[in-house]
Amino acid sequence: MTTTTVTRAATAPRAATPPVRLRAWATRAPLLPALVFMIVITQLPFVATLVISFFDWNALYPEARGFAGLGNYAEVLTDPDLRRSVLTTIALTATVVLVSLVLGLCLALLLDRPFRGRGLVRTLLIAPFLLVPVAAALLWKHVLFNPEYGLFNGLLSLVGGPQPDWVSTMPLMAIEASLIWQWTPFMMLILLAGLQSRSPELLEAARIDGAGNWQIFRHMTLPHLRRYLELGALLGSIYIVQNFDAVFTITSGGLGTANLPYTVYQSFYQAHENGLASAAGVLVVLGSLVIATFALRVVSSLFREEVSRA
Amino acid sequence: MNAPRTTFVVRIRRSGLGVLAWLAALAFALPLAWMGLTSFHSEQDAATNPPSVAAPLTLDGYREFFGLDGGASPWPALINSTVASLASTLLVLLLALPAAYALSIRPVKKWTDVLFFFLSTKMLPVVAGLLPIYLFAKNAGLLDNIWLLVLLYTSMNLPIAVWMMQSFLAEVPVAVIEAARVDGARLPTVLGRVVAPIALPGIAATALICFIFSWNELLFARVLTGVVAQTAPVFLTGFITSQGLFLAKVCAASLVISLPVLAAGFAAQDKLVQGLSLGAVK
Repeated sequence: MTTTTVTRAATAPRAATPPVRLRAWATRAPLLPALVFMIVITQLPFVATLVISFFDWNALYPEARGFAGLGNYAEVLTDPDLRRSVLTTIALTATVVLVSLVLGLCLALLLDRPFRGRGLVRTLLIAPFLLVPVAAALLWKHVLFNPEYGLFNGLLSLVGGPQPDWVSTMPLMAIEASLIWQWTPFMMLILLAGLQSRSPELLEAARIDGAGNWQIFRHMTLPHLRRYLELGALLGSIYIVQNFDAVFTITSGGLGTANLPYTVYQSFYQAHENGLASAAGVLVVLGSLVIATFALRVVSSLFREEVSRA
Repeated sequence: MNAPRTTFVVRIRRSGLGVLAWLAALAFALPLAWMGLTSFHSEQDAATNPPSVAAPLTLDGYREFFGLDGGASPWPALINSTVASLASTLLVLLLALPAAYALSIRPVKKWTDVLFFFLSTKMLPVVAGLLPIYLFAKNAGLLDNIWLLVLLYTSMNLPIAVWMMQSFLAEVPVAVIEAARVDGARLPTVLGRVVAPIALPGIAATALICFIFSWNELLFARVLTGVVAQTAPVFLTGFITSQGLFLAKVCAASLVISLPVLAAGFAAQDKLVQGLSLGAVK
């Protein structure tokens, strides 16, 4: 990273004309609109959330607003429903990310070698990811899971199988299945890019030295893929921790499937509990901060590698 | 010695893996194919158990969805989504292009820090700012206004766009730019003649990915719009509760509303990973 910065700086106009400051501002100017825009639209509302989270404030009783200190946090952390939604969020995110990562790895390994129709197979596999999330959730809820005429029970009745009511008996798994279906292609794409960035010479050398497929996978491919696996897991977690569409569509947060984003949405949009919703929102942020720290580290190490290679 | 035998085994194994890949692809595409088929069935044929694969085809599901037989028309929602997605994508490009320039071709000091600031905003969950944005919109009379969504979608996509475009612009060799400068080319000429041709495919892919994310967004649209500014995903949430026999209609609606995303996604297929991984994977 440093090398590029140095070469870039060296090749940039080096005539240090008197108004150096002016020049620096001229360099910065193109950056400012985007920077200011981001700060105003993403950082200010968060600060407001932080402030509101210390107030006892129900929108239906605006005159009863008062400073609550950490009261909202205490309530959020002791409320069984909210605690449950924290656990639901963790279970949902972990399951979806791990399963789609493993499936994505298998698919990426299959697609890494040439075979007839590989391009078409890749296109077919990406398709689930390119469905509007609400549409995908509707597809699973009504067209596949419907107990009377859904495709799953239709296929089961062809072989004389049982006719379960999928969404009622396993609500969280129903949501997870639809998300895994949508996110496996994402993992596959990242891991396939990782597989294809392996050095063919090294693989060739290992083969000449008599390494078997499993040995190559275990000692060369897997270590090389580690960073891509981490990246897939972290980016997947960031998107799925925030998932609202599938929970909202398939169960509307019922049957114990309400995750944190849904709970925050519900507590201010339906219950008008502004203070509580904000405290829950701040907790979501703290949770994602943990993931984000790791994610940023992985991205920056990949980025550094990329820049130093260039 | 046993070379022919080995190649035979390898060939069998290879084609076996190829078949496996095909089976996996078909399994993943099956729900989609079924959705497509169901959308062309009559409601009665769509709701049979066991499923009727060879039922006669009809456009009734699509007629129903477009409100030709009465019922709400999806056109206002489709138009709102188009406006929100196109306008926000345009705004993203206007803001991200100069920013990416200042982060790659003529970088500011500490440009990596700035880059990572943009990335970190993407990791702030949407719910973190949803309530204040809602309260602001309510007080400013901006609820149910599509232009508020345009601004929010711009902020949602700007970090992705800055990252992607930074990586595309960084691919333009500095030496080429310097050479053009030495030859007396002014900045607009350099940008138009040297930078644009190299970076254009990347910029197009960035735009397509921003379009997809805006088109898909539900939470902001659900909270901040109502009747007038309703977007297509919000329109789809009208199908959450069952309404008797309506599978063909749901399938038609889901497909039509996903069509722009499918088209944009396949068009940007090669750059999709780069966009989704925020430029970390090439």
